[in-house]
Amino acid sequence: MARIDLDHIRHAYSPNATKPEDFALKEVHHTFEDGGAYALLGPSGCGKTTLLNIISGLLHPSHGKLLFNGRDVTNLSTQERNIAQVFQFPVIYDTMTVYDNLAFPLRNRGVPESEVDRKVREIIKMIDLESWAKRRARGLTADQKQKISLGRGLVRSDVNAILFDEPLTVIDPHMKWVLRSQLKQLHRQFGYTMVYVTHDQTEALTFADRVVVMYDGQIVQIGTPAELFEKPSHTFVGYFIGSPGMNVLPVTVEGTRAKLGGQIIELPGAPAADGQGQVELGIRPEYVRVGSEGIPVQIRKVEDIGRHKVVRAAIEGKEIAAILTEDEELPANPHVRFDPAGINLYANSWRVNVAETGRRA
Amino acid sequence: MEKTWNNRAWFMVLPVLVLVAFSAVIPLMTVVNYSVQDTFGNNEFFWAGSEWFQEMLTSARFWEAFWRNLAFSGIILAIEIPLGIFIALNMPKSGWGVPVCLVLMALPLLIPWNVVGTIWQVFGRIDIGLLGYGLNAFGLDYNYVNDPIDAWATVVIMDVWHWTSLVVLLCYAGLVSIPDAYYQAAKIDGASRWAVFRYIQLPKMNRVLLIAVLLRFMDSFMIYTEPFVVTGGGPGNSTTFLSIDLVKMAIGQFDLGPAAAMSIIYFLIILLLSWVFYTVMTNYDAE
Repeated sequence: MARIDLDHIRHAYSPNATKPEDFALKEVHHTFEDGGAYALLGPSGCGKTTLLNIISGLLHPSHGKLLFNGRDVTNLSTQERNIAQVFQFPVIYDTMTVYDNLAFPLRNRGVPESEVDRKVREIIKMIDLESWAKRRARGLTADQKQKISLGRGLVRSDVNAILFDEPLTVIDPHMKWVLRSQLKQLHRQFGYTMVYVTHDQTEALTFADRVVVMYDGQIVQIGTPAELFEKPSHTFVGYFIGSPGMNVLPVTVEGTRAKLGGQIIELPGAPAADGQGQVELGIRPEYVRVGSEGIPVQIRKVEDIGRHKVVRAAIEGKEIAAILTEDEELPANPHVRFDPAGINLYANSWRVNVAETGRRA
Repeated sequence: MEKTWNNRAWFMVLPVLVLVAFSAVIPLMTVVNYSVQDTFGNNEFFWAGSEWFQEMLTSARFWEAFWRNLAFSGIILAIEIPLGIFIALNMPKSGWGVPVCLVLMALPLLIPWNVVGTIWQVFGRIDIGLLGYGLNAFGLDYNYVNDPIDAWATVVIMDVWHWTSLVVLLCYAGLVSIPDAYYQAAKIDGASRWAVFRYIQLPKMNRVLLIAVLLRFMDSFMIYTEPFVVTGGGPGNSTTFLSIDLVKMAIGQFDLGPAAAMSIIYFLIILLLSWVFYTVMTNYDAE
């Protein structure tokens, strides 16, 4: 197990990249602590797989250094870095038995056969495929195959980290849940450093202790699931996490009041606004209260999704979503109020602290 | 679901039946007809029973051609399959080299059989052919007209030149369909180049290789045109393969009965061998 330091890593796929938009990965400077479970969350093309492949050594970064436990591994091959990776589509060697699949990484490294046997038996029990040991791997279901890919990483006792590249994409929904909890359990039991790439917020939030949200080649926020939800540091995080995502409304701020068109919204405090750039107010639908007082809205539609209802409305000509519990009714003349606890302010898309000094949260 | 029974629907099958009858069944039956009868011309036929079949199966000439042909198929498979795999493995997977290689590979396949034969017939001639003249200029005594070994070498190399591309293209199709993740996983698992070939590339090429072996076997076992054009089956009978022998018998000697019997035996042998190949290879695959 290892601590992984990403030291000012940048990557461009073309050799002579100069402009920021040429870079698939703009600049990443971050540490994955030893034994942590991290999720890299972001939309397709945000650079998360690029980052993962840089860690595993399948890609060499154009700039920056990568350190495992303080040792520079930037120029080491994938094999020398000693990491395990599970891919989106299960990779198994289908002419081999399940047992041989798991033994493959050890045999390639010249491990004595008695040791191979001991490790493989241990792992095959751990991933719950004992009864399949002597069977050809090709007849397995997708989730069993994915367990083998994982098992091939686990057999090597000295792996520095286990990387997951959207590993549950091809797995049936109910098996996803099972596998995810097994992964969690493995993590708790053995303390592997795990980095898990996904574009599915549920997966990220349930798997990881800390979620790294990426957008357009950079990390926009690192935090616990609660932090990402309560205090998204970038409007993208607000929009990407949560269903529906955060409402973002353009406002102008004067002291402790925000003006949205002709309406005044009381803020919990005065932002240290530099008065520069575009200011927006972000509020999650969960904090928008629908009632008969507040700012008038026009209801567009109501989506009943079972446990609650999502109200889509227009406020001062802008789209807004609110959440109503199952038994709440829409008033005849609907208005909304914003719960001050849920109000975040953004200048140029980055969060500004309210009532504190105006730096990025 | 309730099925509607209407026997007039059988008429719908009629066109296809007629087509198959004229293109396959009737010609084949003509051959069967000849194989059990004898004629002295004048369109008079006498029942001969299994006489021609017995004659064929005990004829040294037939079995010589048979073993000769089997050896030929064996040799070209032993060269073309590994060579095809090797070339496919070394072809570029992306970039401008891909279309260039594909076109180069497809070229020999586009040339008609008799043209291929003519090319090599001229190429190998010792008086005007680049290959034949060149080899002799270097002091090698090469002459496909007189020397059976040289004739064999020429026919084998010609077939390799003509058909290795087919194996290459099939293998290449199998190779490019392997997702990158397999190679990445192999790197992570520390697999050697040989292990990558043995456990990733070869298993993924399995199906196309089966097709390649079958096609090349059937085709080479029925080879006629190229050796006929180059050597005419000689020197002596040294490159007289089954088809050449059959044509000699049917058209050269006009022995319709024995030729018909031979055709049927020949057809059954190819069917049998192909079935054996297929069964063995698919069983191995499914094991």
